[in-house]
Amino acid sequence: MSILGRFSSPKYHLATGLVLVAMMVFSTHGVAASKGNLDPAGSNVFDIASVQRGAKLFTNYCMACHSAKYMRFKRMEQDLDLTEDEIQAFLVPAGLEVSDYMMSSMPYEASADWFGKSPPDLSLTARSRGPDWIYTFLRSYYMTEDGWNNKVLANPAMPHVLWELQGIQRPIMETTEDAAGVTHVSVASLEMDVPGELTTSEYDQTVRDIVAFMEYIAEPARLQRERLGVWVLLFLAVFTFLSYLLYQEYWKDIKK
Amino acid sequence: MNNFITSIGNWVDERVPMTDFWKKHISEYYAPKNFNFWYFFGSLSMLVLVNQLLTGIFLTMHYKPGAETAFASVEYIMRDVEWGWLIRYMHSTGASLFFAVVYLHMFRALMYGSYQKPREIVWILGVTIYLVLMAESFMGYVLPWGQMSYWGAQVIISLFGAVPYVGEALVEWIRGDYFVADATLNRFFALHVVALPLVLVGLVVLHLAALHEVGSNNPEGVDIKAKKDEAGRPLDGIPFHPYYTIKDIFGAAFFLLLAAFIVFFAPEFGGKFLKPDNFVQANPLVTPDHIPPVWYFTPFYAILQAVPDKLMGVILMGVSVMILYIVPWLDRSPVKSLRYRSWPSRLALGIFVIAFVRLGMLGLSPDSSTFELRLWTFFYFAFFILMPIWTKMEATQPVPERVSSV
Repeated sequence: MSILGRFSSPKYHLATGLVLVAMMVFSTHGVAASKGNLDPAGSNVFDIASVQRGAKLFTNYCMACHSAKYMRFKRMEQDLDLTEDEIQAFLVPAGLEVSDYMMSSMPYEASADWFGKSPPDLSLTARSRGPDWIYTFLRSYYMTEDGWNNKVLANPAMPHVLWELQGIQRPIMETTEDAAGVTHVSVASLEMDVPGELTTSEYDQTVRDIVAFMEYIAEPARLQRERLGVWVLLFLAVFTFLSYLLYQEYWKDIKK
Repeated sequence: MNNFITSIGNWVDERVPMTDFWKKHISEYYAPKNFNFWYFFGSLSMLVLVNQLLTGIFLTMHYKPGAETAFASVEYIMRDVEWGWLIRYMHSTGASLFFAVVYLHMFRALMYGSYQKPREIVWILGVTIYLVLMAESFMGYVLPWGQMSYWGAQVIISLFGAVPYVGEALVEWIRGDYFVADATLNRFFALHVVALPLVLVGLVVLHLAALHEVGSNNPEGVDIKAKKDEAGRPLDGIPFHPYYTIKDIFGAAFFLLLAAFIVFFAPEFGGKFLKPDNFVQANPLVTPDHIPPVWYFTPFYAILQAVPDKLMGVILMGVSVMILYIVPWLDRSPVKSLRYRSWPSRLALGIFVIAFVRLGMLGLSPDSSTFELRLWTFFYFAFFILMPIWTKMEATQPVPERVSSV
């Protein structure tokens, strides 16, 4: 009877359930975006100052070529503590209005001829690639005789737009031999050749700001979502507790 | 005032059996008094179904089916529609939780032999609900028209190509085009929002009607209808309302607490509920490196991968689901509940659960070991195929006449 008792106890069932769920969730691979050796971005989408700085950097450096076509400038008014005038003055490029979507001025068709590929829309990149990918990507450009290359995304169509800030990195190559005896030359690490306007830690923070902004435009509702979530959970916790008391009260005469 | 309400009630009752219906299915439906934790998942499935229907209706108001419009309209819902993000996350989280509660509900039935005589039809209707649910969720997953929507549809539909002779024609007929395209998206939309929900609701009604005809099983497997009082009420039964309505409200509240945590703090659920690749619009020219199905299909996908031949793989995958239909006849045990069976039943069910979960994990990964895939596929099928043997041979304990504890 002891075994039967153990199998039927609610605690046992709950524990089994939680273990199964945990096995499913934390099994095998993480999200697709986290493959490879990416540095943790450490960005914080709830740090409004950081997201504001990122907005300025994004509109200055990225939007010449990239759009964020699902995002309206005006949305920043409610989420980022900015007035309409501030958005117009600091963020909206010439020719666009606060109520517009964040469209690039670059002609989409022609850009494919210029770069070999149209610059992708960046509205959702933080959700498809993940913040760590963007963070590592923007810090991994290096200069070769053939021009810019990148350790995260080999032979990117995009040049290093932020090089004046970061400086110029050079690759340190490494030659390895695999089991079949074939030699491979790959980039082992990067070293700073010509320093830029910013120190390394300042540049990291700059990229972190851009990432925070891109996380924000990937899901503007997130700020509201987590704030509201706390209240919903508190309500449901109280409601669960009260419904438990009601259940106990009703079942008193059954559970004699 | 009370008289007025009573007279309206009487007026309706003379024309439609409203009170009779309430009594038969709610207030005088006698359920065993010893339902445990595992009995929450039936009412929770219903809760999630209602959630899917309601949030689905509101999503339909803003979603625009069509290869050119679908992806953008989902982003429009996420950003510009009032509370659109909440409705969408409730729907996407609800889809995964639907399978979670349905799997637990089915596990309960396997554990306590709820499919045994006289509940075979309850079980058959349940398996059919599960099948329709699979079709429903697969088609729903295509609608956001992201890369995973598109390529997932491509992979799954192409499985029908394994059918001899008519395979290619069949695939074309399903897609309505030479590749997964606008026509495919629009027909999936029609099936997802009209046809399959109607079928699903109809089947749920039948599932409950069949259950209420024969009465609910319980963790002991005791037939409560065998012992009744003078008024014909089962001695170990209690009216569904208020006892189980109140208890299920508590269960629902706790479930909503977990669901709300996911909706508000982890709607992507680590890439398991919403995949990163699905935030990229469908592109027929770019094939993703790896196209795994959503977690609730991965056990069956793993079985497909375990077989080298495509047609055999598809057949085996089909059989892995369809075999559920004959479980009531595979189980030869004289007792229902695991509690009165012996170690072979416990061991078999334990291994089956591990095999199912492990297959689910293997199906997520592109490079799972073939040996492990086949090992767990073997155990998965062994559970069903050997069931008649161990259930007939193992020793059982006598089932008590009455429910002893609550």
